[in-house]
Amino acid sequence: MPVVKSIEELKRLREEALTKRQLQATGGRAQITVYMGTCGIAAGARDTMKAILDTIEAENVRDVIVKQTGCIGLCEQEPLVEVQLADTPPVRYGHVSAERAARIVKEHVIGGKIVDELVVPE
Amino acid sequence: MRYYRSHVMVCTSPQCVDKGARTLMKRLQEELAAQGLADEVAVLETPHIGDCANGPEIMVYPDRVHYAGLTLEDLPSLVEEYFKKGRVVTRLLSQFRPPVDKELGPPKPKEVRVVLRNCGKIDPENIEDYIAEDGYQALAKVLTEMTPEQVIEEILASGLRGRGGAGFPTGRKWQFCRAAAGSPKYVVCNADEGDPGAFMNRRVLEGDPHSVIEGMIIAAYAIGASYGYIYCRAEYPIAVRTLREAIRQAREYGFLGQNILGTDFSFDLEVRMGAGAFVCGEETALMASIEGKRGHPRTRPPFPAVSGLWGKPTNINNVESYAVVPQIILKGSAWYASMGTATSKGTKTFALAGDVNNTGLIEVPFGITMREIIYDVGGGIKGGKGFKAVQTGGPMGGCLPAAYLDVPVDYESLTSAGSIMGSGGMVVMDEETCMVDIARFFMEFIQDESCGKCIPCRVGTRHLLEILERICAGLGKPDDIEELEHLSSLIRRSSLCGLGQGAPNPVVTTLRHFRSEYEAHIYDKRCPAKVCRALIRYEIDPAFCTGCTLCARNCPVNAISGERRQPHTINQELCTRCGICKQVCKFDAVTVS
Repeated sequence: MPVVKSIEELKRLREEALTKRQLQATGGRAQITVYMGTCGIAAGARDTMKAILDTIEAENVRDVIVKQTGCIGLCEQEPLVEVQLADTPPVRYGHVSAERAARIVKEHVIGGKIVDELVVPE
Repeated sequence: MRYYRSHVMVCTSPQCVDKGARTLMKRLQEELAAQGLADEVAVLETPHIGDCANGPEIMVYPDRVHYAGLTLEDLPSLVEEYFKKGRVVTRLLSQFRPPVDKELGPPKPKEVRVVLRNCGKIDPENIEDYIAEDGYQALAKVLTEMTPEQVIEEILASGLRGRGGAGFPTGRKWQFCRAAAGSPKYVVCNADEGDPGAFMNRRVLEGDPHSVIEGMIIAAYAIGASYGYIYCRAEYPIAVRTLREAIRQAREYGFLGQNILGTDFSFDLEVRMGAGAFVCGEETALMASIEGKRGHPRTRPPFPAVSGLWGKPTNINNVESYAVVPQIILKGSAWYASMGTATSKGTKTFALAGDVNNTGLIEVPFGITMREIIYDVGGGIKGGKGFKAVQTGGPMGGCLPAAYLDVPVDYESLTSAGSIMGSGGMVVMDEETCMVDIARFFMEFIQDESCGKCIPCRVGTRHLLEILERICAGLGKPDDIEELEHLSSLIRRSSLCGLGQGAPNPVVTTLRHFRSEYEAHIYDKRCPAKVCRALIRYEIDPAFCTGCTLCARNCPVNAISGERRQPHTINQELCTRCGICKQVCKFDAVTVS
């Protein structure tokens, strides 16, 4: 760790520490889970994941948790993505391509409106 | 800024670095890049996670998955399984669970947390956490924007008074020390918390050590000192360990050592452990102990500010006084002075103990009444019983009766009531407490801890204890009260240090506020609170006794006899007044008189 030699350095260190602190805080406005079993990855889940991260970055949202998980047996619907806004039940989307992923982030995660036509029927 | 879905914190404590944390971190980054995850997962350093003993360790957010004991061979499969496919690799999980803080819950009603603001909130072994909470910002402000005189002015204006108990204005102390001739100068932190049941300072040292260190550095700058000592008792091993780690990290970041923050101010400090003698909390005895001598007090003046450690000007403050300094500098003296009363500013921590519902550590602004502390913060007396007295200031403090419940708590009001602020012990006693017995209890402690250097304290406290023991044993003599008063006055006036001068306080205050209890013991051979064994007798009320034999079977000295289903009786010759029969009786047939 570099020795702090000036107030500016201390301020920068504080910003960094605050960012790390934020990372540790659980919660946030939404949690997005990408299903990344072998089937998901084969169907292109990795591109979906990248599209989600890129959209979040482009939209400058900070309080979204992006997680990944394994196969849940709906392999024909892969890539699967689940979105859960705080205090609401999770919504599962199927055949989420990169473009669809971007749309889900903008409309559901940020806009708060479920993208009905992409939801996997129960 | 790039948005990462996951952040990996790699512990870079010396222990983990020793076990290869740096190489591991580099290889982890390479492996993530090789598997195409470099722009999804960020790798950062952190000074502490907790399982260094099984290092190297990493913590992954937001999942809060903690891996330890990693080797380079583990990395490819860990990245593949966990970072790519999201499957937690259970065999690499750390077994470490962070300790749960049971001592300090969320603030209770009417509490104001200033000194305790970070306790339980930040990781005390991670300096970054303290920095995130504005840590060392006050130091930066002081070193770059303020002259030492301005710092002292600010502390003077805040009205901060010594939290060790005597309440001497901290700014004045610094002024004296700055003005004193001699070099080098020292700053000392008195962390020899010895009052039975008090743990305010331990909590700060264990929960927020950097606030004390930062306060000491600022004090050193203000008075022109170059070296410091924290004198902490050896009975606080966790506090000592936490402090040492905090000092190490502060040095690493350049807050201690040569040319702090790029200025020409240099300062360093170390922890010295005390061996647990109560008298070493007295400042002159404390300094003797740091010097390696026997912990005996000496006469003042000269005060430490003029002639302290090794005869050099030395500033001694309590843990709590130093801990609050950074906040006064950052938020301003006016902010601090806005809390409290005309003469006692700010907040004070207390260790609330005894017969209240919420015992534990509290922090309240000065000026709050004892009634608010006991009934609002403390949640009232246990079992809905009546209040009898509250003992403040540790063993050399005094007991205050119900008449003082509505007096605002500050240095002056407690002193005028015959007690002291002390370092913040507060013992609440309900109506079933015998005040003569309490005086005897505290005198036993003081007599035990008297260092023996001066005669009034060594012999006087012993004599006070003997009289009190006699009174409790039912052998009190008519002139005992006068003898106690005379002796107390002698000890107070002629003892060498604060321990001896304060020693008679428990006797003097109980005599002043509860004199009738002494008289009942001496003249009527009666203990009104039914505590002193020699003065009470247990009896069985035949009207309630069902002859169940439970008491007879539980009596350790076989003093109870009687036929089954017939009222029992207690043989007073054999009875030791242990009270077990009263505890076990299901029919409330055992009475005390």
